[in-house]
Amino acid sequence: MSADLQFDQIRLPAECQTLRAEVRAFLAEEVARGTFDPHRPGHGDSHNRAFSRRVGTKGWIGMTWPKKYGGHERSFLERYVVTEEFRVANAPVRLHFVADRQSGPILLKYAPERIKLDILPRICRGELCFVIGMSEPGSGSDLFAAKTKATKVDGGFKISGSKIWTSNAHIADYMLGLFRTSPPTKENRRHGLTQFLVDMKTPGITVNPIIQMTGQHDFNEVVFEDAFVPDDHVMGEIDGAWKQATSELAYERSGPERFLETFYVMLELIRALGPEPDLRGAEGLGRLVAQLHTLRRMSVSVAGMLQAGKEPVVEGSIVKDLGTLWEQKLPERVRELTAFLAPNGGNRATLEEQLAFALAVAPKLTIQGGTTEILRGIIARGLGLR
Amino acid sequence: MAGDSDNIVAETAARILADFADPQTVNRAKNDAWKAPLWRALSEAGLPLAWVPEQLGGSGASLADGFAVLGAAGRAALAVPLAETMLAGWLLSQAGVRAPDGKMSIAPARPPDSLAVGGDGRLNGRALAVPFAGEAEHIAVFAEAGTGPIVALVAAQDCRVEDGKTLAGDSRGTVSLDKVTPLAQAPAPKMLDRMALMLMGCVLRSVQTAGALETVLALSVAYANERVAFERPIGKFQAVQQNLARLAGETAAALAAAGSAADTVAQADAFDEALFLEAASAKIRCAEAAAEGAAIAHQVFGAIGFTQEHVLHRFTLRMLAWRDDFGNESFWAAELGKHVARRGADEFWPLVASR
Repeated sequence: MSADLQFDQIRLPAECQTLRAEVRAFLAEEVARGTFDPHRPGHGDSHNRAFSRRVGTKGWIGMTWPKKYGGHERSFLERYVVTEEFRVANAPVRLHFVADRQSGPILLKYAPERIKLDILPRICRGELCFVIGMSEPGSGSDLFAAKTKATKVDGGFKISGSKIWTSNAHIADYMLGLFRTSPPTKENRRHGLTQFLVDMKTPGITVNPIIQMTGQHDFNEVVFEDAFVPDDHVMGEIDGAWKQATSELAYERSGPERFLETFYVMLELIRALGPEPDLRGAEGLGRLVAQLHTLRRMSVSVAGMLQAGKEPVVEGSIVKDLGTLWEQKLPERVRELTAFLAPNGGNRATLEEQLAFALAVAPKLTIQGGTTEILRGIIARGLGLR
Repeated sequence: MAGDSDNIVAETAARILADFADPQTVNRAKNDAWKAPLWRALSEAGLPLAWVPEQLGGSGASLADGFAVLGAAGRAALAVPLAETMLAGWLLSQAGVRAPDGKMSIAPARPPDSLAVGGDGRLNGRALAVPFAGEAEHIAVFAEAGTGPIVALVAAQDCRVEDGKTLAGDSRGTVSLDKVTPLAQAPAPKMLDRMALMLMGCVLRSVQTAGALETVLALSVAYANERVAFERPIGKFQAVQQNLARLAGETAAALAAAGSAADTVAQADAFDEALFLEAASAKIRCAEAAAEGAAIAHQVFGAIGFTQEHVLHRFTLRMLAWRDDFGNESFWAAELGKHVARRGADEFWPLVASR
């Protein structure tokens, strides 16, 4: 591969801006009825079953999927607009977001028709929470080191072992996980893992909470003791999951959630600086604006290229690398830029509360969904270095 | 990138640059003799006046095509005033002033500088850091007058030029106008003020910088794959790979920011708020990418990249120097920050998400 990087110029079409207005009106109503507080991201639950159902009713889950499966056959750019508006509002999307972003597309590609007809419409209605079963105690970034076994039995497989750092497993309906069906071969250490759809209500599955350093409960350990999974829950090729992993990653890595995670502190910074900031505040804010704008244009461009059927794998990884570092540093910059402001300014209490949360959350942003180091390895491969 | 494969104007430019301005050849040249045939070829292809309509003496290319040419110029670290002449031609055309042949530059070229028209219709004032001041035959001037701003064409020989050099050794100097009678002049169109001219300059420099970074990345990757140390190509070391991935990230950011700004200018009816966000952001982010990118590339090349003989400096020093033209990144960051603060927090996201 060469070092050629491509960012197509994408202008969001008119229907996207119409949709944006609808989304904003919906979110304003939800805030008014007390579903969530956009200014207090660390406060209250980040998942809300009733809210996810209402989002589903609006037709904003599975937006790009075929109507046959409950989807709405809209564009990736329209989905993009919904995602960014929800993220900027700090809306509690945790319940349906993973299913919408990546589990649904995997089912669309690999699940048997019967399962697609059963599960996808329920995802679209906002009824189902999916989790990703990748990491294990001995397998994090190196996901092909996974050991949790799926052993062939009559009519299906029995799973034994454990997954860890599994976000949302305590509220999940299904897991899409990688399990070992064969040992790796000498020639290919990635061989031998198979992707399964696992119903979290299956007997033999225990979910143990792991509390994060922010005090939040997000992580879990999921223990499997001879949990039975039927044959038609195999997603794709047996032993060949490694061939299936790459194309989805561009979606997972380049979305607005990869640079807007701490965006709220930027809005609070603008409030704190007021309409006439000093030169230090103005320059600091201006740089952040330029960096954010650039990240968004990159991310929109990747969404547009995906819509056009391209596979911008390197560009997608670059968006996540730059985006997560930016959102990680953002609370630090806001802290510096507000250091000399009056301690009793109008929004000081809100800003302090937000910073306390954002600064504590920041370290995880460059770890989840592919660490900085792994992403840079992928970029280096794309450049032709490995 | 910028569509160079489906753009005949940009292809022409790339071919001329490959034939007459190959960075290796230019870098080995003992003098500036390569510049004359290069400029002749560029002129014959109508590139310096690409943005001037045919009826005003130019070749009437679209803004988009012109930006694609500038991307190619950046990829070659071109050291003749092609971008400056294009911008001057564009400025003159905005006011319907006919563009002359030959090399041009623009004044002012820094946001705080202001030139004025006296009651006698003659021009006065001083513009600092005018790019290629020492090589331009004509200067397109934006000047303030009591009756509203004007665009004027002046002969460089009618001005006092104190030439200097950029970081990359290119001409950049002070142009002083003392009762200079312009060769031609006309009122500036209503939407065009001095800041709009500066923003246009920002987009040009951003596109050039992104182009230069593309070459810097390609050179660095190629070198890392060739250069052997500790018995393997240095590109096999994770530490070097991680640095090159960062360089790719900076290059990508510059390409996306510059491309987005150029596309916005090419589509815009007016120098409005959206264009201000695009152009200022591109200048800021491309300047940051230039600094980060140059540092990483030099680190990859080690001592050899620090020599006169090696071609790397043609790109790195030039993109570092471009940061200072038409307002540096600190200036535009302060302007952008003030603007966003004035609008207030609730109006910020709608601005970002407007396109």
